[in-house]
Amino acid sequence: MSADITARIREDIFAAERAGVFRAVGRALPRIDARAHVSGSTRYYADRSFPGLLHVVMARSERHHALIGGIDLSAAEAVKGVVRILTHKDVPNNWYTILKLIGMGPDEEPVLAEDRVLYRGEPVAAVLAETADAAREAAGKVRIAYEDLPAVLDIEAAMLTDASAIKPHGSNLFIYDGRDHFHVHCGDTEAAFCEVEHILEHSYQSSPIEHAPVETTGAIAVPEPNGRYSIHSNTQAAFFTLDNAALILGVPFRHLRVIGGTVGGGFGGKVDVIVEPIAVLGAMRTGRPVKYAFSREEEMQVSSPRAAERIRIKDGVMADGRIIARDVRILVDAGAYSRHSPYGTIKAAAHMPGPYTVPNVTINAWCVYTNRTPSSAMRGFGVTIGDFAVEVQMDRIARLLGRDPFELRLQNAYRDGEMKPHRKKVEGAALVEVVQAAAERIGHSLPPEYRAMSSSRKG
Amino acid sequence: MRSSFVSFTLNGEEKELLIAPGQRLVDVLREQCGAMGTRNGCGQGGCGACTVHVDAVPMLSCLVLAELAEGCDILTIEGAARDRTLHALQEAFVAEAATQCGFCTAGMIMAAKALLDRDPAPQREAVVEALSGNVCRCTGYEPIIAAVLAAAAMLARLPAAAA
Ligand code: FES
Ligand code: FES
Repeated sequence: MSADITARIREDIFAAERAGVFRAVGRALPRIDARAHVSGSTRYYADRSFPGLLHVVMARSERHHALIGGIDLSAAEAVKGVVRILTHKDVPNNWYTILKLIGMGPDEEPVLAEDRVLYRGEPVAAVLAETADAAREAAGKVRIAYEDLPAVLDIEAAMLTDASAIKPHGSNLFIYDGRDHFHVHCGDTEAAFCEVEHILEHSYQSSPIEHAPVETTGAIAVPEPNGRYSIHSNTQAAFFTLDNAALILGVPFRHLRVIGGTVGGGFGGKVDVIVEPIAVLGAMRTGRPVKYAFSREEEMQVSSPRAAERIRIKDGVMADGRIIARDVRILVDAGAYSRHSPYGTIKAAAHMPGPYTVPNVTINAWCVYTNRTPSSAMRGFGVTIGDFAVEVQMDRIARLLGRDPFELRLQNAYRDGEMKPHRKKVEGAALVEVVQAAAERIGHSLPPEYRAMSSSRKG
Repeated sequence: MRSSFVSFTLNGEEKELLIAPGQRLVDVLREQCGAMGTRNGCGQGGCGACTVHVDAVPMLSCLVLAELAEGCDILTIEGAARDRTLHALQEAFVAEAATQCGFCTAGMIMAAKALLDRDPAPQREAVVEALSGNVCRCTGYEPIIAAVLAAAAMLARLPAAAA
């Protein structure tokens, strides 16, 4: 296997960027944890036992959008084995936003719902019980009185001027420095469109995508004798978790210790901070270890998926294949709360126009709130759907012009040193070499001038 | 309903445990026997991470009531290696990069082992069929299938007693 991969590494490419020979790149080295995985001895967060462990099951919103008239806990509290039920009143700093740590506010998500719910599955009351069965039974007996509000379930509908605003700031759009969208441009797109031979406009749309890790999201919080709390978690973001949990709980960062790093599949689905603050709060209020793990159903219903996106690309193309103008409109469905979507939307905008040099570009990207499950990170979030749209668009341009799609890409590929629309210089470009290698591997022959192209120089 | 004593063998060791009615085998193995290598991925028969052998038959331990294990011979991933020597399947999963996060791996290996125990030289289709109840979200199924076929080839080269 290793020999096979090594054979594929073309050592003539980027030779100048390498010192000496590759030792690991191009070789299949066994994972350091593989033997523990195959013998079953890997310890995931749930594989530790703690005497006196309590279990959390969450009572959740059954509505997409509603005011909460009242929460009746009496039937739930009467279930044998129930120790405590937490509501928003128990959370020291109930309002948070995960990207606060990189300066993107405002706090706009409640840890536990207060007077309203913005999506189906939103957490309302956390039941702590001696057994998971008792907690589940009691969570089913939490009575929430709702007064339904109109639900906004479509991103374009959310942007209409008469759409009902679901967020307290009176808009369904995330605000970037006073603007309701994120904007990138270079050159003069309008003028360029007047000079092109062809204009090609298409829309692309994706659905939310659930990561579905085989191990569901979960954590166990354990009170330590020194007054601090250990958090055994399968988070992908230990420090994001620690800092956000401390801010929510109003304790110094040093009072929490996250023990993790062993994740049974994440793919971005375990970077939000959802289970840990509740588990620690439960441990604080009861003095006992507390486990909060998603059921498979919760993992599918409430863990944040990849955002659905709607992208419209309008290209201005010259007869010789050069794309000289590209106008892109991106709508990102954040769902009910921000999570990582404002950042994903910036990534989406900055990623355009894809790995191609287009001199005149306009990009407008909106991060839109709807009454859907909050979306967040997933493998290349912000750019993956955009790449799909751009590459389908490239194939369509090739078809329109009767051009070879490989050659069209090579012609327009960005080269080292060129400027991207968001004023970042291209470094370490490799599209030319990748397209050449792909053509070679499928036996697609390229004319000599295309085979001679390189990412490190124009031509 | 009251708890009752249930006895079975686990990886060759006699066990006698007090089991509450309705307790699932996966929980008993993990919590009472400390056999944490059996994973709980869904608790509803959908993922295969909890696969163990009950009397040499692969079963989803999240769907088996522990009280029904009375008198049974149970094998989990902890019993797959012998005398600290990995089973050919375990070696092959390492060599073929058939494990990433590892959460599905114990279930995959137990499902594959049940196949090789009854059909030591399976066709690819038989491997696919045997693993059809096991979900992996990381690795992709090709390296896993390759590992099972490689393990079968490895076992064929071993003297019968060692297999
Ligand atoms: S945990 Fe048993 S099949 Fe998923
Ligand atoms: S290795 Fe992660 S689910 Fe299979």
